[in-house]
Amino acid sequence: MSIKTLDNISETHWTEVITPTNAVFDLKLRDVWKYRDLLFLLVRRDFVSIYKQTILGPIWFFLQPLFTTLTFVIVFGQIAHISTDGMPQVLFYMTGVTLWNYFSDCLNKTSTVFRDNASIFGKVYFPRLVMPLSIVISNLIKFGIQFLLLIGFWVYYLITTDTIHPNIYILLIPLIVLLMAAQGLGWGMIISSMTTKYRDLVFLLTFGIQLLMYATPVIYPLSSISGDYRVFIEYNPLTPLLEIFRYALLGSGAFSWTLLVYSMVSSLIVVALGAIVFTKVEKSFMDTV
Amino acid sequence: MSNIAISVENISKQYRLGEVSTGTISHDLNRWWAKLRGKEDPFLRVGEANDRTKKGTSDLVWALKDVNFDVKQGEVLGIIGRNGAGKSTLLKVLSKVTQPTTGNIKVRGRIASLLEVGTGFHPELTGRENIYLNGAILGMTKSEISRKFDEILDFSGVERYVDTPVKRYSSGMYVRLAFAVAAHLEPEILIVDEVLAVGDAEFQKKCLGKMKDVSGEGRTVLFVSHNMGAVRGLCNTGLFMDNGTVGMFGDIQSAVDLYLTANTNADGIFQLGRQGKEEIVVFEKVILRNQFGIQTQNYNFGDSISIEIECSSDQEVELPYFWISIESQFGSLCAANSLLDGIRPKFVRGKFIIACTFKNLKLLPQSFIIFAGGRLKSGTEMSTRSKEIGSFTMVSKLNEIGLNGELAESFAPSASPLYIPYSWRFNNEESIDVNL
Repeated sequence: MSIKTLDNISETHWTEVITPTNAVFDLKLRDVWKYRDLLFLLVRRDFVSIYKQTILGPIWFFLQPLFTTLTFVIVFGQIAHISTDGMPQVLFYMTGVTLWNYFSDCLNKTSTVFRDNASIFGKVYFPRLVMPLSIVISNLIKFGIQFLLLIGFWVYYLITTDTIHPNIYILLIPLIVLLMAAQGLGWGMIISSMTTKYRDLVFLLTFGIQLLMYATPVIYPLSSISGDYRVFIEYNPLTPLLEIFRYALLGSGAFSWTLLVYSMVSSLIVVALGAIVFTKVEKSFMDTV
Repeated sequence: MSNIAISVENISKQYRLGEVSTGTISHDLNRWWAKLRGKEDPFLRVGEANDRTKKGTSDLVWALKDVNFDVKQGEVLGIIGRNGAGKSTLLKVLSKVTQPTTGNIKVRGRIASLLEVGTGFHPELTGRENIYLNGAILGMTKSEISRKFDEILDFSGVERYVDTPVKRYSSGMYVRLAFAVAAHLEPEILIVDEVLAVGDAEFQKKCLGKMKDVSGEGRTVLFVSHNMGAVRGLCNTGLFMDNGTVGMFGDIQSAVDLYLTANTNADGIFQLGRQGKEEIVVFEKVILRNQFGIQTQNYNFGDSISIEIECSSDQEVELPYFWISIESQFGSLCAANSLLDGIRPKFVRGKFIIACTFKNLKLLPQSFIIFAGGRLKSGTEMSTRSKEIGSFTMVSKLNEIGLNGELAESFAPSASPLYIPYSWRFNNEESIDVNL
C-alpha cells in the first residue's frame, strides 16, 4: 500500500511522458503557445529571406498581383469577354486575385511543410504546428501589402467613377480573410500529412489548385453561372468568401448569411480535422518521409 | 525514486527496410482492419533483431528492442556502440523527433537535444538573425536569447561577422556560431550526438570544456560518441548498445571495455560495404593476420598485425591517399598515413587490396579499434569516409611481458597502452632500463 502511494507521488513529478501514441484531440496547443517566439521569428525569417538579394525587394509583393490582374484583364476580359457584372475589370480581377492568392499560397506552402522542413524536424523537437501557423501569418503580411495595393485602385475608382458601391459589409472583411486562411491551413495540413506517405498528391496539388480556382468565382461572378454547374460552385465553401469580399468592396455579387455560416462551419471543420491529422502524423513522419 | 531524470521503459522502435512506399496502402488497410477488430497490430509481431551484417528474412527490423534504463539527475551517461547499434535511434526517440513503437519514457525536466549543430540556420539571414532563430528552434525564448546574446557571440568568436549573412561564413565559423548557440541552452537534460566531431582542435577543446561545465552544474547529460577518450573523460555511466538492445549499463570503464572487446568475429574478418553515395572507393572487407599469416583478432605483445582491406571502385582513381589508424580507448594512437609519407598507388580501379602491416605491436593487453579512410589525388576531397573497419585485442599476460608490478593487473586495463622503451633513475643511482 505504502509503495503504491510512493509510486503515485513520483508519477506526478514527471514533467513529460513519451509514449507511442497520443490522444486524438491532444493538439499540444500549450506547447505551441510556449514556442510563440519561434513562431514570430519564423515569420520574420520568411519575410526577410524571400527578397534578399533582389533589387526591387518588397516591391515584388505589388508586382505579382498587378501582373496577374493585367493578364486576366487581357485574356478573360478583352479576349474571352467574360462578364464582370458591370464592374471595372481591373478592380474585379484584382479583388479575386488578391484573396485567391492568399488562399493558394497558404495551401501550397502548408501542404509541403513536412518535406520542406524534414531536415529540421529530423533533428529538433518543437510543436510542429508552429510551422504551418508561421506560413499562414507570413502570408497574411503579404496579403496585407497586396490588399493596400487593391485599396489604392479601389479609392481611385471610387473617386473617379460611379461604378462601385461599397457597403457596410466591408466590416466582414477581416472575418473573410480569417476564413480563407483557415481553409488554406486546414486543407494544407491534411494534404501535407498525406504526402508524407503518398507523394503522388504533390503532383496532383498544382493541378488541383488550378482547377479549384476555376470552380471558385475568381475570374467570373457567380451570377454569370447558371445551369448544372452552378450547384457545384455554390457548394464550394470558398465561393461565399469571394462573393462577399467582392460584394462588400464593389457592391456586386451575392451575399447571404446562410452561405457565410456554411463557410464558417466548413472552415472550422477543415481546420480542426487538419490539426488532428497533422499532430497524428508529426510523431511518425520522420520514418516515412 | 525522485532523483531519476529519465526513465526508459521497454522502448522498442521498428523500422521498415527498403522502399517505404511499396505496399503501404495494403499494409495500412491491414493494420486498420486489425485495430478495428481489437487485435494487435499484425506488423508488430514480425521483425528481428537489428544486425546489419546479416541478411534478414523480413523487411521489418527492430532498431531498438526492449530498452530499459534509468538516468539519475546530474549523471553524465555515455552511449556507445557500433554503427547501427541503435544509438542514434535512441537519441531520436528521447528527443521526440520520432516516436517509439512500444514502451514509454518518463522525463523530469526540460530536454534539449543537439543531434546536429545549426539546425534551421538560414543561409540568407545574418549571424545575429540566425542566433535568434536557432535559439528559438532549440527551445529558448526571445528574451532568454537576448540576455545571453553577448555571451553567445563571445563564445563563438565571430563578432566581426555578426551582421553578415551566414552563407558567406567559412564552414568553421558557421559551426562555431551554431555550437555557441547550443552551448548556451540551459536545460535540465542535455542530449548530445557527436557534434564535437566538427571544428578545429582548439574549438573541440572548448566544446568539451563547455560540456564538462554543463555536467559540473549538476545537469543530466546523455552523450553519444565514438571517441572513447572523450566518453571516458566526460561520463560516469555508460550504456553499451548492441544490435538495438542494451548490451551493458553500468560504470563507464566496463562499458568501454565491453565495447572494445565485443567481437562479432574472432577470426579477424570484417564485412564492410558502401556507406553513403559519395564514396568513390568502397571498403568491402577487412582481414587481419598475424606475422604467421594466420587470421585472428588476438595478438601477443610484440606481434605484427597485417591489415588487408579489400576495396572496389567503379571508376579509375589516380594517386589516391589512404590512411589506417589504430585507436585505443583514449583516442587515436598511431597511424600509417600516406598523406604524410607520400606513398600511394599510381591508380586504383575495380577490385583491389590495400594492405598495411604494423610491426612489433608493443601494446598493453587492451582492445583497439582500426579506423581507415581515403582521399583523392588533391588530398582535400574524400574518396572513402573515415570509419571503423575492425578491431583487435592484445591478449598477453602482464607477467609474460615483464610487467610485474603488484597492482599491474588492476591498472593495466585503464593505463596508457603504448610502450616505448624507457629507463628510470632515482637519486643518482644506476639507471634501470625497462625494455620489454
